[in-house]
Amino acid sequence: MPAAKAQALFRGLLMVDADAAADAAALERITLWALTIYSPIVAVDGIDGIVMDTEGADHLQGGELPMVTKIANQFLSRKLTARVSVADTWGAAHACARATNKETVIVPVGEAVRAVERLPISLLRLPEKIVGDLRTLGFQSIGELSNTPRAPLALRFGPEISRRLDQMFGRVSEPIEPIRAAELIEVTRSFAEPIGAAETINKYVGRLVVQLIEALQKKGLGVRRADLIVDKVDGRRQAIRAGTVKPSRDVAWLTKLFRDRTERIEPGFGIERLTLIAIIAEPLEELQKSSSLVGEEVTDVSPLIDIYGNRGHRVYRLAPLASDVPERSVQRISAAANPVEVSWVHHWRRPVRLLVRPELIDVIALMPDHPPVAVTWRGKRRKVKRADGPERIFGEWWQRNSEMEAVRDYFVVEDESGERLWVFRAGDGVDPETGSRRWFCHGIFA
Amino acid sequence: MTAAREKVIDDLRERISALEGISARKAGCLAFGVPEIDSVLPGGGLAYGALHEFAGGGAGTVDGAAAALFAAGIAARTRGPIVWCLTRPDLFFPALAQVGLHSDRVIFVESDKDEDVLANMEEGLSFGGLGAVVGELVRLPMVGSRRLQLAAERTGTMALAVRRWRRQTEANDFGQPTASTTRWRVSVMPSDDLPVPGVGRHRWFVELMRVKAGECAEFLVRACDEQGRVDLPTRSSDRSHSPRRSLHSA
Repeated sequence: MPAAKAQALFRGLLMVDADAAADAAALERITLWALTIYSPIVAVDGIDGIVMDTEGADHLQGGELPMVTKIANQFLSRKLTARVSVADTWGAAHACARATNKETVIVPVGEAVRAVERLPISLLRLPEKIVGDLRTLGFQSIGELSNTPRAPLALRFGPEISRRLDQMFGRVSEPIEPIRAAELIEVTRSFAEPIGAAETINKYVGRLVVQLIEALQKKGLGVRRADLIVDKVDGRRQAIRAGTVKPSRDVAWLTKLFRDRTERIEPGFGIERLTLIAIIAEPLEELQKSSSLVGEEVTDVSPLIDIYGNRGHRVYRLAPLASDVPERSVQRISAAANPVEVSWVHHWRRPVRLLVRPELIDVIALMPDHPPVAVTWRGKRRKVKRADGPERIFGEWWQRNSEMEAVRDYFVVEDESGERLWVFRAGDGVDPETGSRRWFCHGIFA
Repeated sequence: MTAAREKVIDDLRERISALEGISARKAGCLAFGVPEIDSVLPGGGLAYGALHEFAGGGAGTVDGAAAALFAAGIAARTRGPIVWCLTRPDLFFPALAQVGLHSDRVIFVESDKDEDVLANMEEGLSFGGLGAVVGELVRLPMVGSRRLQLAAERTGTMALAVRRWRRQTEANDFGQPTASTTRWRVSVMPSDDLPVPGVGRHRWFVELMRVKAGECAEFLVRACDEQGRVDLPTRSSDRSHSPRRSLHSA
């Protein structure tokens, strides 16, 4: 749209000159940020995109759909509108992301050809001139172009068209050259003869780790996240990422993190080059260890936390949160967080298992203050022998408006066989404003 | 004569323990502080550097509440960090804090599969320096339990496996042999009588179903207190009253 037309449509339109250099610098900054969080292989794609190799990274985020949604949301939270698409090849993903207005597109494995055949040829990453000439010849969609015999096209436009088509359909490989910043510390080892045996890989990974640690030591840095990039003879590239919970320069620790997963490397025809990069490095000062003659030895468990974390398990600690509502009184914190010291203060006993959501039960009870006489939960009727309560818990009006009046009365009930349950009644039993007077089971005591 | 015999027996014991693995012997034991229970356990308590298995009885086979709290009470009395591996995060930590386990000590590792829990437990055991490694497991195959036992023996860390099944009918799996040193079943029982209406201190029926080099036994205990200790109901009430009563009657 010409500027004059836009100004005619919107009053007081602010005009800013395009600044290609600043845009490129900003895109590079975003790409470097994406490199630290999503995948080891991330690069700038054209003038307006980022390409990532997410193979082997999606399951950590819970699958492809949660992953692309998360990426879109993370950009949105920084006030950037992004369109994200996942496909078999760089070319197909490039085209799909730019073709629609949808925020996320997922092309299933093997469906790349069908997904792109109706898209316009401008998405084929060809020079402007070739696209214009192809339009003149009457080509509109990628499907039409790919069904045309190659030889006449190559004769007229050169090899570019067939190369881009083959890349899009995955017939030739298109390795992504990951973006690198000048300040990233990187050590490389190239092999005259390709290597393949697991022991050899382990040996060289160990040596690279030593080299990397030496380089970091000179700068007073500790590694937080490191990538091992494996270049194979056939031009394929595989990456392994390891992270630590706090900056580290421990050779044994880092080697263990990589060796845990070198078995996942598929050497194929052989490995040509191994590269180890510290993607995130943080200052790490040398600390003098105070020798304690009497004090008790405190075990540092962060290496163990890293081992679990790098295997993709959820590692966390629990900490109290100031809330009387049971399900809100526990929060997950990082396993390496500083000690919390405080603990829960309860005069009443708490159940060992808390049901994820309270389950509706049938109860016979004298209103308003008496504990239940009989409880039916999960189809089993129990006569209550002993009971304790009520313990009244008020809703937190600062959390939700609907909790303004809400009340729960908790009871501990014990049946004849000794099974103890934590049940509550919604409401105080008198005022219908405070709750529905229905009964729920919320936990199981030991 | 008897001294000579004792010496021979001691010598034999030493040789057997050398065959079994030396570190297990060195690691020592964690006593319950209840003479009746400690006396049936070889070494006078739960051995560090060994795998111990806990299951619930009745509905406890599914929720594993009593078994988990019993294990938490034991873990609370060890020193050092605890690693707790699980697949179903329905543990309510305030209850564990009430048996003396501080939340700063416990690192939870949540995974999706049962096999991952086994692998994580083994990793934690071979790390060394931890107080105990607890795992909530459905299946504990012979090979898996053997690996845990060996890893525990190497570092002297206590391994506690809390078994909980998906259905009550699956719980007869507990009869299958495993390499664990002790095997316990903890069932809930009606709580202590109080002079007023209310639920008194909880009681458990603890069955020691298997113990290596020891006899099976069963106890009716009162549930863990703030320090994670269990005690026997009859003993505490009798001991406080009986001397005085006998004095009066005499």
